[in-house]
Amino acid sequence: MASITLENLTHSYHANPQADPDFAVKEVSHTWEDGRAYALLGPSGCGKTTLLNIMSGLLQPTRGRILFGDRDVTAISTAERNIAQVFQFPVVYDTMTVGQNLAFPLRNRGMGASYIADRVQRIAQMIGLEAHLDQKARGLTADLKQKISLGRGVVREDVNAILFDEPLTVIDPHLKWELRTQLKTLHREFGHTMIYVTHDQTEALTFAEKVVVMHDGLVVQIGTPQELFDTPAHVFVGYFIGSPGMNFIPASIEGRRAETNGQVINLANDYGNPRGEVVLGIRPEFVALANGSGLPVKINHIRDAGRQRFVNATLFDAEINIVVDADIEIETDMTNVTFDPSRLSVFCDDWRIDAGPLEDVSGDAF
Amino acid sequence: MDKPVNQRAWILVLPVVVLVAFSSVIPMMTVVNYSFQDTFGGNEFFWVGLDWYRELLQSERLWDALGRQILFSVIILLIEIPLGILVALCMPKKGWTASLYLVLIALPLLIPYNVVGTIWQIFGRSDIGLLGRVVSDMGISYNYAQNAFDAWVTVIAMDVWHWTSLVALLSYAGLRSIPNAYYQAAKIDQASRWSVFRYIELPKMRGVLIIAVLLRFMDSFMIYTEPFVLTGGGPGNATTFLSIDLVKMALGQFDLGPAAAFSLMYFLVILFISYVFYTVMITTDKGEAKQ
Repeated sequence: MASITLENLTHSYHANPQADPDFAVKEVSHTWEDGRAYALLGPSGCGKTTLLNIMSGLLQPTRGRILFGDRDVTAISTAERNIAQVFQFPVVYDTMTVGQNLAFPLRNRGMGASYIADRVQRIAQMIGLEAHLDQKARGLTADLKQKISLGRGVVREDVNAILFDEPLTVIDPHLKWELRTQLKTLHREFGHTMIYVTHDQTEALTFAEKVVVMHDGLVVQIGTPQELFDTPAHVFVGYFIGSPGMNFIPASIEGRRAETNGQVINLANDYGNPRGEVVLGIRPEFVALANGSGLPVKINHIRDAGRQRFVNATLFDAEINIVVDADIEIETDMTNVTFDPSRLSVFCDDWRIDAGPLEDVSGDAF
Repeated sequence: MDKPVNQRAWILVLPVVVLVAFSSVIPMMTVVNYSFQDTFGGNEFFWVGLDWYRELLQSERLWDALGRQILFSVIILLIEIPLGILVALCMPKKGWTASLYLVLIALPLLIPYNVVGTIWQIFGRSDIGLLGRVVSDMGISYNYAQNAFDAWVTVIAMDVWHWTSLVALLSYAGLRSIPNAYYQAAKIDQASRWSVFRYIELPKMRGVLIIAVLLRFMDSFMIYTEPFVLTGGGPGNATTFLSIDLVKMALGQFDLGPAAAFSLMYFLVILFISYVFYTVMITTDKGEAKQ
């Protein structure tokens, strides 16, 4: 096992890529540390699967290198890279039994029969396939077939990494949780590097220690779930993580003073004088409804979700989402919103800008 | 709940009934009619019951032809199915070369049967034919018109040349329908080329292969035109297959009664074998799925 380093990796499915839109992966440099569990999160079509297939050697990158430890494996075949990968839709060998399916990768590597039998038994037990070991794989349900695929992915002990490409898409919701938990158990037990591709933020945030967010062929942020939530590095992260996503308010900034539609918002920090398209980002959780002070809003509708209420309102012709805890009353005269200044993010041309350490955050934003 | 009964529905199915009657039932019944009677033309018929059937079942001629027929079908299936799969595996998967190969491979299927026979008749002649001449010049004695073995080799080569394409095209279609993820998974699992074929490609081609075997069996069991043009059933009776024998009997000897009985038995044999074959294939399919 070793860390996996991607160096200036780009990939295009065109034979002769010219402009930016031709690239599925645009210049990614990143190191996957040995033995960690990562999630690769992004919307469909952002280049996650491409990146995964490049790592496992199913695809050759257009440019850039892949290193396992210090060894350059860019030109090395999938087999030699010794990586396991589980695909989105179940792939089983129809004519084999479930047990033979699980044993297949081990047999191909010439492992001893008794070792294979032990290992298959163990994996089958972990993912709940024990009862089916002697059944033919072809007649099974999609759930079970995907379990077989997962099993084949984790059956080899000596792999460099295990890659999961949205493996739970076809699985029943109630099983998803169970299988994800089992994957985490497997990770703790065997310590393989695991990279889990998904477009589902809950899946990503519950599986991984570190989440890598991809957008439009670029890695836009790498961080813990908390970091993604608190300090999104890119407008996309703010929008994609959290439910509902971050609110964005176009503004112009000078020092600690932001101005939007003639109204002034005081910032917690000095952001200088950023040029370009500046927006303020605030998560719905840190917007408060108020009465009298703050920015004027018109409430459109309120959805009660039990523990919380989701308020949708209009602020300067744009929508704004507000999450209100159940214990706070919403009064009819609450026609303003205030922002927690310490939670405001500032983005310039889509990327976050920071203003050094937070200063006095106790003051009111207005 | 009473369903309304509407007798007018019969009128709606009438066209189909008429069509089927004239296209298959009536001609078939004529044959049945002939098979139980003796006729010398002039529209005179004498009832003979099962005599023709009894006579045929005891005639060595029929059994010999049946034996040759079965041997022929088995040999061409054993050659064409694996060869067709092999060709399909070797074909390019995409791009303009794939289209080119498809067209080239489909060519033999577009040639009329008697033309195929004629092509091979000339091709194999030891005086002027390219194949016959080359083989003879290499010192191998070869003459399909005089040597029974040579005749068989030529007839089989001709059938393989004509029909392997069909198996190849069907297999190719089967191969193309395999999702790429299977090949990727096989790479990840470090499967050998043989394993990929054995555990992915072959099982996925199963459906089209059943059809290929069925089509090739029925067709080869009824083969007539090509060997008739090539060898005329000779030398002697060496390549006289059932159809050729039937035509000899019906048109050559004008034994209409026995020929009719022959036709019916021939038809039933093909129907029976195809049915058995199909049922076996389908039930093993289902059985495996259920397990």
